[in-house]
Amino acid sequence: MADSEVILAPQEAGLQHHFDDSAQQLESSTLGMWVFLVTEVMFFGGMFGAYTVYRNMYPEAFASTSQFMNVTIGAINTSVLIFSSFTMVLAVRSAQLGQKKALIAFLVLTLILGCVFLSLKYVEYHEKWVDHHIPGPGFQYADSRYTHQAQILFYLYFAMTGMHAIHMIVGAGLLTTLIVMAARNRFSSRWYTPVEMIGLYWHFVDIVWIFLFPLLYLIGHTK
Amino acid sequence: MSHQVVPVKVYAAVFGALLALTATTVAVSKLELGEYNFVVAMTIAVIKGTLVVMFFMDVRRASSMTRLFIGAGFFWLAILLVFLLSDYLSRGWLLNIHWL
Repeated sequence: MADSEVILAPQEAGLQHHFDDSAQQLESSTLGMWVFLVTEVMFFGGMFGAYTVYRNMYPEAFASTSQFMNVTIGAINTSVLIFSSFTMVLAVRSAQLGQKKALIAFLVLTLILGCVFLSLKYVEYHEKWVDHHIPGPGFQYADSRYTHQAQILFYLYFAMTGMHAIHMIVGAGLLTTLIVMAARNRFSSRWYTPVEMIGLYWHFVDIVWIFLFPLLYLIGHTK
Repeated sequence: MSHQVVPVKVYAAVFGALLALTATTVAVSKLELGEYNFVVAMTIAVIKGTLVVMFFMDVRRASSMTRLFIGAGFFWLAILLVFLLSDYLSRGWLLNIHWL
């Protein structure tokens, strides 16, 4: 019997059998997450490329749209997202220290800030709807010279902020999952990889907005 | 890769810097700087993005392999934008050359 007995090495928390140790496993997760984020950079990069080309073709028309952008809400939303990145990083820190209550508190705070962002986004979209700035048959623009060209900007505005908002909604779902997992004691100071990976995702979405805000809201702001 | 826990102070300082840069970019956008409005806005955005990547996403302590992948990703993005603009920005240049 002693010959056939399998002796199990003391298992590290959360370690999958195909990894040597937790450090290797964490590095693989981090690398994999970054590969995904790089594909996201490419994805948003295409839209930023389209924006760059059209802004270059119609600089006056694009500049004229900034007076219809709500810079106050845009700036508040930028701050809200930066604040949510700060609370997210504190959540990861709490996970590292194995502080369950603080982890849940910071995750909930991050989720709330994400919802604040989306609510303010809704207010902005509603303004655009009321002003007939939704591209399509109902589109109206104050400066008739730029009706067609401004429509391109508003199309890009909705495509880029819309894709960003979808990423925020996905992020909110992921945060909810993390909160449930944390409440069920799934994380410890030795294994909290999902918190760290979803943190990376959340910060990435923040970075996209950091570039969207000046490009869409602050262009031609002086005029 | 046993991560040492970063003091809250460091994160708070980065958070403060990001808020200050957001205020700066809004303030500068109200000044009349011509083409430099765009340059300043993008420079501030790149600084903010770098702060988030380095400190919040902890890339400053990431492995060389991870950094290589991230670097390659942004290099490909640069190829996309540079080649795209080298086409669109140079269109019409040849029309001004009369001896052709």
